[in-house]
Amino acid sequence: MILDWLLDGMVALLILAAALWTLAAPTPFAAVIGFVGFGLLASLAWVRLAAVDVALTEAAVGAGATGVILLQSAVRLRRGAAEVAAATPGRATTLLAGLLAGGLGLGLALAVLALPATVPGPAAEAAARSAEVGLGNLVAAVLMAYRGLDTLLESIVLVFAVLAVWAMGPDRHWGGIPGPRFARQRDGPLALLARWLPPVGIVIGIHIAWVGADAPGGKFQGGTVLAAMWVLAWGAGLVRPPSVADRRVRLVLVAGPLGFLLAGLLGAVLDGSFLAWPAALGKPLLLLVEAAMTLSVAAALALLVVGPPERRA
Amino acid sequence: MTATTPAGWLLVVALVLPVAGMLLAFVLGGRAAERLALLLLGLGVGVGVAVSAAVLRMGAPIVYLPGGWAPPLGLALVADGVAAAMLLTTALVLFAVALFGRAAHATPPDQAETRAALAYWCFLLALAGSLAAAFLGGDLFNLFVALEMLTFAALSLACLEGKPSQFRSELRYLLFALIGSVLYLLGTALLYGGYGTLDFRLLAGRTRADLPTLLAAALMTAGLAAKMALFPLHLWLPPAHAGAPPAASALLSGLVVKAAFVLLLRVWIWVLPPLPAMAAAPLLAALGAAAILVGSLVALRQARLKLLVAYSTVAQIGYLFLMLPLVLSGAAETASHAWLGGLLQAGSHAFAKAAMFLAAGLIATALGHDRVTALGGAGQAVPRAVFAFGLAGLSLMGIPPSGGFTAKWLLLTSALGDGQWWWAAVILGGGLLTGGYVYRVLAGTIAAPPGDAPRPRPLPHGPQNVALGLALISVALGLLPLASFGLVQIGRPGALGALP
Repeated sequence: MILDWLLDGMVALLILAAALWTLAAPTPFAAVIGFVGFGLLASLAWVRLAAVDVALTEAAVGAGATGVILLQSAVRLRRGAAEVAAATPGRATTLLAGLLAGGLGLGLALAVLALPATVPGPAAEAAARSAEVGLGNLVAAVLMAYRGLDTLLESIVLVFAVLAVWAMGPDRHWGGIPGPRFARQRDGPLALLARWLPPVGIVIGIHIAWVGADAPGGKFQGGTVLAAMWVLAWGAGLVRPPSVADRRVRLVLVAGPLGFLLAGLLGAVLDGSFLAWPAALGKPLLLLVEAAMTLSVAAALALLVVGPPERRA
Repeated sequence: MTATTPAGWLLVVALVLPVAGMLLAFVLGGRAAERLALLLLGLGVGVGVAVSAAVLRMGAPIVYLPGGWAPPLGLALVADGVAAAMLLTTALVLFAVALFGRAAHATPPDQAETRAALAYWCFLLALAGSLAAAFLGGDLFNLFVALEMLTFAALSLACLEGKPSQFRSELRYLLFALIGSVLYLLGTALLYGGYGTLDFRLLAGRTRADLPTLLAAALMTAGLAAKMALFPLHLWLPPAHAGAPPAASALLSGLVVKAAFVLLLRVWIWVLPPLPAMAAAPLLAALGAAAILVGSLVALRQARLKLLVAYSTVAQIGYLFLMLPLVLSGAAETASHAWLGGLLQAGSHAFAKAAMFLAAGLIATALGHDRVTALGGAGQAVPRAVFAFGLAGLSLMGIPPSGGFTAKWLLLTSALGDGQWWWAAVILGGGLLTGGYVYRVLAGTIAAPPGDAPRPRPLPHGPQNVALGLALISVALGLLPLASFGLVQIGRPGALGALP
């Protein structure tokens, strides 16, 4: 009991410390490192709260994918130090924002403490009916069945995001290759990592996506790991991103949401309800959609890291 | 109480059509994207009419439960009067703007796909899907997802020209929108913690006036107000809307801010308990009044036409907040008039402002600049665009006959009827100021061109006719008898014969 309190207290203090470090960090690069640390600590807090699915997502997407994207931005910002300095708010603004955020945090804490201890929610029904969709992991049942529309729309947001990032590039590079070019690494730690890690990482990524039906994991977390492996190989100059005009890439990007949509329409035809999982087709259809979603998530995250087209194909 | 109703499947069609269309347009690209977008946005008008007709025929909201899961376990799609009316408005404006954009973003058969064209057609469909999700969502978290979709679609349209100079103001827009989203999300988390559901119809009548609920409502209101650019959070809007290409400005000002408005109504009229809502509504309305006066005064002083139109949006958004204290006042007739007035303001502003931005864009193209002091000659070069600007201006001022007049008249009379005369004074003052800036533009366009100016370039009629068509709709809304707007009352808590 006391050990639990100590552990939780330590995690909480470390999270606060990481947050403060992120805010006070002297450079954007250092701030991103702090942010990644913050995300990993937060995922530890989720583990302590027995929300392993959330912990995995926080670690993979919150700390990992977001961290990589922010790191890239921090590196790119080095070229515009003067503009960054000009756009950085002054001390008074920072102080005011800090006070506002602090006040908001305090209010939220008080409000959370004032919440009723027990609330008649859908948790019991969710647990009781998860067998109907054949998903042992309750979180998967929420994501794929009860609130499937949220998941469908979230997966579509990723397609919006990729096209939005691509569309920020200049006209003349449309149809070209996105992102900076990296020299092929022959030796050194990155070359070694890029050769040895992906085989393992790909297996882990697929495993995380696969077990998501019955255990913590799922397409977003698994897809993130797959994306990370590709990004690693890209950074080492081993692979080249495809052209933004390549229809196959676009097909991979929409395969997940489009597959989910089609399965949903199939549910409407067979089971009389859009986004119902047709009992006759059962688990294979669900797995097919999950696989397509994993692939699309991986492609979208990797391409978000890569950025807009920067050179001709 | 919740089950899929007859015609509920129409809501799936309204959502799936544009969303699936966007995914396909993205894969196919080029000319196919353009054709698909035009086809589906045209069909969207039909779907909007069908949904409105179904709601009207049933006299009650139509509902669809995806997967058959009833809230609170699942989530519902709901089309009540507000949702149906906004869906139809959106469909009409989107289709018109799509037709307008054909001139700039057509992909001829033998040409390669271009960046701006693909982004334009894909994000038009994306915007249609996002707005449908925002109007039809029955669940506050699902509505958050809709807001996310909307932010991406709107931002991409705003950055369509790919000018780095524009990215600065759009980045500021993005920051406001994201902070708004975070505040909204925090609110939904608190509400879920308090009630175990996020379905706004289940929450209606069940919420308590305790700290978590009030803080949740305050956070969501602040977030949505930031997205709507309510005074004093309005500074991001004028540069973001004015700098975008005309078609995008029309959508951002006409439609995108209205999605946040509908969510605001969900929070204030459905979720918040009546007593605190009644107490706090005058504060929001006071900010709205300030927006009307400040926005109009600043619009009067603008040197650039598009910035003038954008500041006018800041002012016109203010009117939407005036309805809150009147709807919540308790008197049934005041509430129903103010409700109709507010929604009619949202609808007629959507048509009028879209028309105005399209017209302003055409005027700027014809003259080669958009300086308000040198608009001479525009009347000869693009007469229909100037006429569209004028008609839209009538609606914004609130001069009869126009949708804007009916809207402001209803708000005015319900304010006077309820003894809240100060809002009436604001409405009248705002109308006068609006008249000022619209007159400034119109008088300029009719004048002879300055001697040293290059000859204005006459433009084809097609895009001008689109602007004119939208302006005519905003006027025509004022010619309809009030009884024909019964649709918007359907499903409103407190409306006669409505279910709680």
